[in-house]
Amino acid sequence: MDVVVTNERMAAYLRDNHDKVVGRWTDLVVAGVRGRTSREEVRRELEDLYALVVRVLSGADEHAAGELTAALTELSSGRARDGFTPSETAVGVFSLKEAVYELVADSPDLVPEFYALSRLVDDLGLRTFEAYSATREQIITDQATAMLELSTPVVRLWEGIIAVPLVGTLDSARTQLVMEKLLDTLVATGADHAVIDITGVPTVDTEVAQHLLKTVSAARLLGADCTISGIRPQVAQTIVSLGIEFGDIATKASLADALALALRQAGMKVVPL
Amino acid sequence: MERVPILKIGQTLFVSIQIDLQDESVIRLQEDLADELAASGAHGVIIDITAVEIVDSFIGRMLTTIGSISRLFDAETVLVGMRPAVAITLTELGLSLKGVRTALNAEKGLEILNGKS
Repeated sequence: MDVVVTNERMAAYLRDNHDKVVGRWTDLVVAGVRGRTSREEVRRELEDLYALVVRVLSGADEHAAGELTAALTELSSGRARDGFTPSETAVGVFSLKEAVYELVADSPDLVPEFYALSRLVDDLGLRTFEAYSATREQIITDQATAMLELSTPVVRLWEGIIAVPLVGTLDSARTQLVMEKLLDTLVATGADHAVIDITGVPTVDTEVAQHLLKTVSAARLLGADCTISGIRPQVAQTIVSLGIEFGDIATKASLADALALALRQAGMKVVPL
Repeated sequence: MERVPILKIGQTLFVSIQIDLQDESVIRLQEDLADELAASGAHGVIIDITAVEIVDSFIGRMLTTIGSISRLFDAETVLVGMRPAVAITLTELGLSLKGVRTALNAEKGLEILNGKS
């Protein structure tokens, strides 16, 4: 049988049974979302999708396919942001087949028509998956960027003394960022002491140590003294057992000790009032 | 060939590099500096590289060489005004400029030479 005719017949069938199919489809989807979206909202979204599906099947409108893809992408992205799994979103789309099948089950002459719809819905289900993963990727990238920006503050401790409290794992991208920010701040403030605090760095392996050493020697080239502080007992043990040498770089247990050292080197002393 | 001027201020020689350094001008600078150190008996050399935007291993070696030459004349070398990008490049190249002291700017460099810091 002619594909175009089949599609048109399915479109006509769907148009005639609009209320029944959308109602059943909404029921199925609402059961799946488990109260995360209201029934009215689901109904509204599905009405839109349904209208587009009918337009695509009827074949009269060349923009319908594009609009359907866009609507589906938007729906899927929204679901991704609301924390739905991709399967939940896809199953929501696939349940249109179930809703229609329940209606056509008794009329064998509609099998080719149902098959046409089924093919379209399968395609749409895959689209939701694609849109879902694209959105998740975007979210992950955004978060990584936000984390990178948040994780490298350079603070002024005293006149001429600045500190970089590092939190999280140090990789080469972050080291680069920390280094740039530290050096820029050294130049901008004219500070000649810098303290790198690694209290928030969970593990120090040879790679992290290498990154720290690089940062310190870059700061030294600008004429600033660098101290590494916040070395926890376990970290100290790891450093020693890995055989990492910090050379002549001063290391201190706490930020307070490092500040005291920097003050002393700057010829200052804190005295009780 | 462009020459880098060497200024004598008190017991300090001041060198400000503001040109693109070529092999010839570097050798010339080293010779001039050695002559000047011998003639003046200066105790310190300040090399200002504020205007230097690009460095390579060649310039890194030149700076270390100047440090070694100065030490032979009992003069200390202080490198001042290095840009952050330059410092990052030098560390990536694995050059830590041993034997050369560094300071943020010329003023701090002078303080180091005068023993205030």
